Amino acid sequence: MKNQSLKNSSRRQFIQQSSALTGAFVIGMHLPLTSQAASGDAAKPALANAWVQITPNNQITLICARSEMGQDVYTSLPALLAEELNLPLSMIRVETAGVAPVYINAMLGGQITGGSTSVREAFDKLRIAGAATRTVLVQAAAQRWSVPAADCKAMNGKVIHSSGKSATYGELAADAAKLPLPEKPALKSPANFMVIGKETMRRLDTPSKVAGKAVYGIDVKIPGMAIASLAQCPVIGGTPTSFDASAAMKVMGVIKVVQISDGVAVLAKDFYAARKGRDALKITWNEGSNANLNNAVVRKSLEDGLSKKGAVIKTVGDANAAVANGKPLSAQYFLPYLAHSTMEPVNCSADVSNGKCRIIGPIQFQQGGQAVAAAAAGVKPEDVTIETTFLGGGFGRKLELDFIRQAAEISKAAGMPVKMLWTKEDDITHDFYRPMSIHKVDGMLGSDGKLVSMKAKMVSQSVTARAFPGFVKDGFDPFMVEGSNNITYEIPNLEITNVITDTGLRVGYWRSVSNALNAFAIESFVDEAAKAAGKDPVAYRMAALSKHPRAKAVLDLAVKKSGYVAGSKRFGVAQMECYDTYSACILELDPAASSTKVKKITFVSDCGITVHPDQARAQLTGGVIYGLSAALSNEITIENGRVQQTNFNNYPSLRQNQVPVVEVHLVPSQEKPGGLGEVGVPLVAPALANAIAAATGKRIRELPLKA
Amino acid sequence: MAVSFTLNGKAVNFDGDPETPILWVLRDHLDVTSPKYGCGAALCGACTVHLEGSAIRSCSTPVSVTAGKSVTTLEGLTAKVGKALQDAWIEFDVPQCGYCQTGQMMSAADLLAKKKQPSSDDIKNAMSGNICRCGTYSRIEKAVKRAADKLA
Repeated sequence: MKNQSLKNSSRRQFIQQSSALTGAFVIGMHLPLTSQAASGDAAKPALANAWVQITPNNQITLICARSEMGQDVYTSLPALLAEELNLPLSMIRVETAGVAPVYINAMLGGQITGGSTSVREAFDKLRIAGAATRTVLVQAAAQRWSVPAADCKAMNGKVIHSSGKSATYGELAADAAKLPLPEKPALKSPANFMVIGKETMRRLDTPSKVAGKAVYGIDVKIPGMAIASLAQCPVIGGTPTSFDASAAMKVMGVIKVVQISDGVAVLAKDFYAARKGRDALKITWNEGSNANLNNAVVRKSLEDGLSKKGAVIKTVGDANAAVANGKPLSAQYFLPYLAHSTMEPVNCSADVSNGKCRIIGPIQFQQGGQAVAAAAAGVKPEDVTIETTFLGGGFGRKLELDFIRQAAEISKAAGMPVKMLWTKEDDITHDFYRPMSIHKVDGMLGSDGKLVSMKAKMVSQSVTARAFPGFVKDGFDPFMVEGSNNITYEIPNLEITNVITDTGLRVGYWRSVSNALNAFAIESFVDEAAKAAGKDPVAYRMAALSKHPRAKAVLDLAVKKSGYVAGSKRFGVAQMECYDTYSACILELDPAASSTKVKKITFVSDCGITVHPDQARAQLTGGVIYGLSAALSNEITIENGRVQQTNFNNYPSLRQNQVPVVEVHLVPSQEKPGGLGEVGVPLVAPALANAIAAATGKRIRELPLKA
Repeated sequence: MAVSFTLNGKAVNFDGDPETPILWVLRDHLDVTSPKYGCGAALCGACTVHLEGSAIRSCSTPVSVTAGKSVTTLEGLTAKVGKALQDAWIEFDVPQCGYCQTGQMMSAADLLAKKKQPSSDDIKNAMSGNICRCGTYSRIEKAVKRAADKLA
């Protein structure tokens, strides 16, 4: 944990700056963390605080303040509240929060779902909120019955006295709401958990999702709304200079055509008509500064960046000192631009009217959305409401705010409610891409084969410099160092450097962010070092992990579960810590097939206390497959300012008949919870490259594989 | 020119451009939103519905071809098949984001109508037109097998 101070100071800084930068003015749709009493209607909450609502007839609603995009927050976060309220999940319903300061993610400084932070940030906070509410329910019962609170117990929606007397939470809610919530209520011991960590726990959103009733952004309907398709400049950043809508207006079903700051929108009765109308538009574009951008130029700028000094973000010992009888080893790695490619293309609904703006959509950053919608609609932030639907995949794309602004601009210009829906082609060609990156690693092996020194330099654009520019100081982007400054290996002389370049496409946070970039470089390089030293890649890693017993334990279990055989040519290994979770990945190639056919991937994590084990495994499995799709075949390229890929045909995703067996194991742990949503992604690419090197002797240093 | 067809057993009309893909007639005119838009090009399967009992990609099939025919969405599967699929999907907690799952289930229903006890390879091949970006494939395979057992 030697990097902890650096990480913590980065995080604090980020909280301060991102809060300031978003400029969001938040309003409380839900009540702050003090209970308020209501009276009368048995179906209306008699107790309502930021996290819990209880009606007199004992309907208990728990609030989920993170966006559900598949990662299970809709279940795992209410589970934390339910645990301390002593409620089985079957007794509760879940509601998604609006925008309010109480819902700010303390690890990110805004109401943001990202960075695999949801459970980590909420683990204490929501248990305290649940325990505080439980405490006042018990106190209300004790007062009603004139008995000591210590003789009363809250369980399964009732407070029960030792005499057998009982009252439901609902019957006590009005009285409990009048009591002050304790700030430091006693929390249950993990030994007494009845919800957290249980294999029997089920997702609360599954029934609605398999009935086709779950509402995603694309399913939103506002009375009187039109469906909008937005023509955007083929070069990202370009703007319309003039347009002719006469042919578009003749398309059956088209209602209106409006111009907004970065495009021309066709509003129609259905999406087909809107799209057909859009195709009939004649638009002249100012293509802007990226009109001549192409892949070779971006790559050249990264290669040029290798000779720049950059920002040294971690130093151990002296990586520049001479090593007597040292054996030098150098390698350079390359990763392409990537798109997020969610199943649900970008969309958003907006209703700007009467000085107010209502936004409904698949949103990962509610306060940012509130701020941009206010600016676009020309209303005060407190007059903007944000309603978050289910997200048909997020992966970081729906952290962006472009689509919220566009929907608000279109509604305002058209004077009617709209649902703006991008085509898949819009989605792939107008993403915020994972940055292209180049990594140069130089090492020196001692006489025993161990790495005596290592210098790792990463060159790429900075997402943070675009999204939160005030946070990048002196060339240091705290999200570029993920996967490098938390390196687990004991290397006595180490220097890690980042060089930020400007040239390129707009870039965004992509599931696992820089962990995937740096892990590919470092885990490939360590494998190359093992080979140069003539050592088994597992044993070589184990020898350098003495300071990280959790890292050794996951690698050890991965070896056992995968059937790894030292000296066998079928296996590739990788390991790392990210998001406070330690993981190891062992990938096995199919010896009967071509050299890149993956037979099985064994993935082992120690993610601390696991709230929902079944879905932890689901997240890790999904992350592995997401990472494998990218490693095998995904690449975004740009020519003449235009992204060349458009849809699943040329930006493919692994299919049912293409996925290998993925086996996930969790190491039981009582450490604090680690992240899960992104953890499965980064290790699969280096494990694959390492397996191919073992099988064929050919070292892959560039992705995608394009096998 | 109006197109008349049967949707989940009920007669419906669409009075608009007959070239409009079935998907948008269902979603934007008839308020049936279980078929999803994923790619618009029959590449991902999120929009899968049944036409005369066989799976089609509704994003790429004009509504004109439905004239006088029957269209079935998840809501219109027979109670027995619908329940077997939903129960199996719930048993394995298949969905993550869930966006593709209605399309997955419609492809599964098509497979089970044609092959009562599909092998793993049958499932992998029959379901290969349905992309899941969350990577729920192994649970889908288990759920299809379980649904087949329930219907046997």
